[in-house]
Amino acid sequence: MATQAATLARPAVAPSAGIVLPAFTLWWREIVRFYRQTTRVIGVLASPLVFWLVIGSGFGTSFRSGGGAGQQHYLDYFYPGALIMIVLFTSIFTMMSVIEDRKEGFLLSVLVAPVPRAAIVLGKVLGGTTLAAIQGMIFLIFAPFAGVHLDLLQVLLVGIVVFLVSFALTALGFAIAWPMDSSQAFHGIVNLFLIPLWLVSGALFPMNGASGWIRAVMRLNPLTYGVEALRSLLYPGTATAFPLASSMATLILFSLVMFALAFLMANRRRTSPA
Amino acid sequence: MLSKVAALADPSPEMERVSVAPAISVQNLVHRYDSRTALNGVSFDVRPAELFGLLGPNGSGKTTLFRILSTLMLPTAGHAVIMGADVAQDPASLRRKIGVVFQAQSVDPKLTAYENLRHQGHLYGLRGATLKKRIGEILTRVGLADRAQERVETFSGGMQRRIELGKGLLHRPGVLLLDEPTTGLDPGARRDLWQYLQMLRDEEHVSVLVTTHLMEEAERCDRLAIMNEGNLVALGTPSELKSEIGGDVILLDATGDAAALAERIRARFHVDTAVMGNQVRLEQESGHRFVTDVVEAFPGEIQAMSVSKPALEDVFIHRTGHKFWSEGGEETDPSSK
Repeated sequence: MATQAATLARPAVAPSAGIVLPAFTLWWREIVRFYRQTTRVIGVLASPLVFWLVIGSGFGTSFRSGGGAGQQHYLDYFYPGALIMIVLFTSIFTMMSVIEDRKEGFLLSVLVAPVPRAAIVLGKVLGGTTLAAIQGMIFLIFAPFAGVHLDLLQVLLVGIVVFLVSFALTALGFAIAWPMDSSQAFHGIVNLFLIPLWLVSGALFPMNGASGWIRAVMRLNPLTYGVEALRSLLYPGTATAFPLASSMATLILFSLVMFALAFLMANRRRTSPA
Repeated sequence: MLSKVAALADPSPEMERVSVAPAISVQNLVHRYDSRTALNGVSFDVRPAELFGLLGPNGSGKTTLFRILSTLMLPTAGHAVIMGADVAQDPASLRRKIGVVFQAQSVDPKLTAYENLRHQGHLYGLRGATLKKRIGEILTRVGLADRAQERVETFSGGMQRRIELGKGLLHRPGVLLLDEPTTGLDPGARRDLWQYLQMLRDEEHVSVLVTTHLMEEAERCDRLAIMNEGNLVALGTPSELKSEIGGDVILLDATGDAAALAERIRARFHVDTAVMGNQVRLEQESGHRFVTDVVEAFPGEIQAMSVSKPALEDVFIHRTGHKFWSEGGEETDPSSK
């Protein structure tokens, strides 16, 4: 039959799109969508500044007397924790786009494309990571006000830590958002688990002053290693609970585990609506 | 006509596939959501370069079938094969062969028309000059070449649908699946879209499967599968399906009790009657003559009446015994919002 022949003669598409090109295009979309929404751009650029001003004028004076223990001002102590907090919020909340994409139907068109699920996870997660890491690095501009003067190597190492924390948390956000159909539920999970996780990461109070069980929780909390790694990079002189290398190794492990979790979530093929 | 009906019941209608491998082959497809059966053993073939319609009310199972064919969901049992690739066994190669247009908008309003298509092309492994050329062709085809650099959020509903269609066609699929593609479009845009689908079939020999709940759209298909409550109730060309109804369709509005009137008409004229609300429905050759007899036989019991040539809706009523749009008691798909 002539029609059949014509159908078969149509130029074949490349056997597989691979992983890099689809991941790249999904990453690119996250970035473009971000900078085309002016309010989001303003939010990202302004929130570290607002955060800093509030912390600076609030905590700075309220806790002035509390700085006796290790000669370090509380505001300086708090700086790495504040950076992690900014990264935490941006990372997690960029992945609300997964829920939006699902609602709009955009995600459907990606799911029926011959794209490995790993590429979908990688593209979305790297997109969120990029935005979170940029915001974290913007916060570094305020470092001199926290008594920190960084050389290029330090900035580079801080960049690596910020990237790892952003990547792990974005992947976690992806894994949480994937099965959800409402952003309210997503907010609920974030408030229930992630904010407490930050509170016991050494961001607000040091580990050696905490009681036994809190200290155990802090040891198990991957965010603790992010805060600790930043602290040892920003204040090379101060004592930290873990050496930088072991904190970094833990963060790499954390990132890999979170990525694997996100991948597993996205890779399920089910008999209920995807 | 009867052989058609028999073929329907047979899961593998051998007579239909002597020379040509079907573009889509669905065999005994079953799907259950927890306890509810959404698809109850559906079988049909779509031939190459055919415009095939899946007609059914909401909750008839057509959306479920669409999800299975587009690889979004696995069937509970049965097989679905598109251009030789099984939806359950080989989704990766199947995905390369199909273009899918969803009812929900999948274009990104924050991106331009060109960027949307480039993004889509990258997902299918197209790149560089090849992709650029192909995007140009598609934009010309859907009549949006001059708007390529504008963001989709500035487009009208009809234009957004055309970009949507362009996304589905970008990688030159042999089979195009569309889920109620005209939802939310004005009549003009609706007509354009259907003309475009016919052109795709005729000029590019694409096999098109389109779901719809609109009779006038179903009329435009080469062949139709009519679905009701998870079952395939009819399969054939629109004219074949309509011709199975004997003669004209007569509707009588009863003044009093429709059931009683139906019973008396049945006893007097020895014909099949059906009751729907306060209406009595009959299928009869030379309807105009029959109506005169009925009105004379039961003066004062008939308020109004109509005689018409059978439409697709009549085929649905004929096969299921109830109206296409049932008042209440209508099952809705749990996952469509």
